[in-house]
Amino acid sequence: MDNILFFILSALAIGGALMVILARNPVYSVLFTILTFFAIGGHFLLLNAQFLFIVNIIVYAGAIMVLFLYVIMMLNLNKQSEPTQPFFIKVIAAISGGLLLITLLGALRGMDSDKVISDIPYSDIGLVKNLGKVLFTEYLIPFEISSVLFLSAMIGAVMLGKKNLKDH
Amino acid sequence: MEILPIEVIDKLVIIVAVFGISLVIAMYSTLAERKVSAFLQDRIGPNRAGIFGIFQPLADGVKFFMKEEIIPATADKGLFILGPSLSMLTACMTSAVIPWGDTLELFGRVIPLQVTDINIAVLYVFAVVSIGVYGIMIGGWASNNKFSLLGALRASSQMISYEIAMGLSIVALIMTTGTMSIGEIVYQQGGELYGIGALDGFAWNVFYQPLGFLIFMICAFAECNRTPFDLPECEAELVGGYHTEYSSMKLGFYLFAEYINMFISSAIMSALYFGGFNFPFIDKLDLSHNWETIIGVGFFFTKIIAFIFFFMWIRWTLPRFRYDQLMRLGWKILIPLSILNIIITGLVLLLTL
Repeated sequence: MDNILFFILSALAIGGALMVILARNPVYSVLFTILTFFAIGGHFLLLNAQFLFIVNIIVYAGAIMVLFLYVIMMLNLNKQSEPTQPFFIKVIAAISGGLLLITLLGALRGMDSDKVISDIPYSDIGLVKNLGKVLFTEYLIPFEISSVLFLSAMIGAVMLGKKNLKDH
Repeated sequence: MEILPIEVIDKLVIIVAVFGISLVIAMYSTLAERKVSAFLQDRIGPNRAGIFGIFQPLADGVKFFMKEEIIPATADKGLFILGPSLSMLTACMTSAVIPWGDTLELFGRVIPLQVTDINIAVLYVFAVVSIGVYGIMIGGWASNNKFSLLGALRASSQMISYEIAMGLSIVALIMTTGTMSIGEIVYQQGGELYGIGALDGFAWNVFYQPLGFLIFMICAFAECNRTPFDLPECEAELVGGYHTEYSSMKLGFYLFAEYINMFISSAIMSALYFGGFNFPFIDKLDLSHNWETIIGVGFFFTKIIAFIFFFMWIRWTLPRFRYDQLMRLGWKILIPLSILNIIITGLVLLLTL
């Protein structure tokens, strides 16, 4: 049962990710990104990480992608006005993407697959209560630092918005 | 994790029943809306189809199905159909985590009257709400119409803004209850209010979180796109808002999803803040467990219907906000208030524990 679900979700995730870059219309790309997020969320559920699943849906699928969609709809990009990229930009993109792929493959090559699976305890660590306890005791300082980072990003966004307001 | 087939059948029956009840209540909400508006405006309301217009929703439904189905030539056909479908889907999805009643003991088995009691239920509701934006956005964009697009953008920005305050008001509730399972939250509300024995069964969260409830309710109004927050379909400025181009049953789905949303958010408000299926002095009645459950379900639906009436009352009483007022209320009043609510809750919890 878990295996079947795993393969269905993997097919959805990979297919969705491929469609994101293959779709001509940017709105379709965003919608396929959301589909990919759902498939990845399903993987989290299979690993019994309920909190990660639901936060993935709320934050990425529910909030960030709405803003993406919002911006793309405002820009009203369509086939006629889609800017064609110069050839050398395509080459640069292919090279940097290929480098990332090689890095990832190199990192995965040395891994012992049996060990990885046994290292993930099929336990309740992903449940909200346990995750919260670990976050607020063992990893308190990284958690607080990252929240300060978010706060500074938020203040930065507000400052940028304010500046624009003054110009007009 | 072996699932017994008999339990699967239980769940299927409950799912179908919940689905059917939601749809029927949403259907009769449309009639109730017209009756309530008539009552508030000193009119009679629809009374031609059956006694008191009891068949009016059926007549409306038949009319919607019979209308010509128009898809604009410049519209994106796939997404144009996906929009209302997503709206209906997300409207119905939340009902899975709401506890409709206590357990029933039938044929020697204990059956909980809830589709599933997951321990992240509160977050699940929140996730479904945040997905609900897409139905409107996709529909508005796919119509390829400026008014639809503006309506969709308004709807999405409004829903995102009010989601934040809604989430923050739920945080304070979770701090007091200590759990995210809605079933558990409802059970906790069956106790004594402030520890006073005379108020048994009244430990409703609204008495512990009055400010949180107020914020949650205002946000629920905004999430349902109900007046005074119905700017996405503001006729005076936007023709019909995001569903300008829609006709026939696709329009029907958009309108119907609003009524399902209203029913579901009433159910969530009564489960989270108004004690769910608990009713006062339940132990004094000395009834068998099954009867207590059935009366509890009755009380739960009474609370839900009271909330639906309240939704309609507000709609036909208050005028619509202006757009900047709506944003100011969301960002500059509700979010600071809900953060204040969290701080007060934390202080009280620290001092009393």
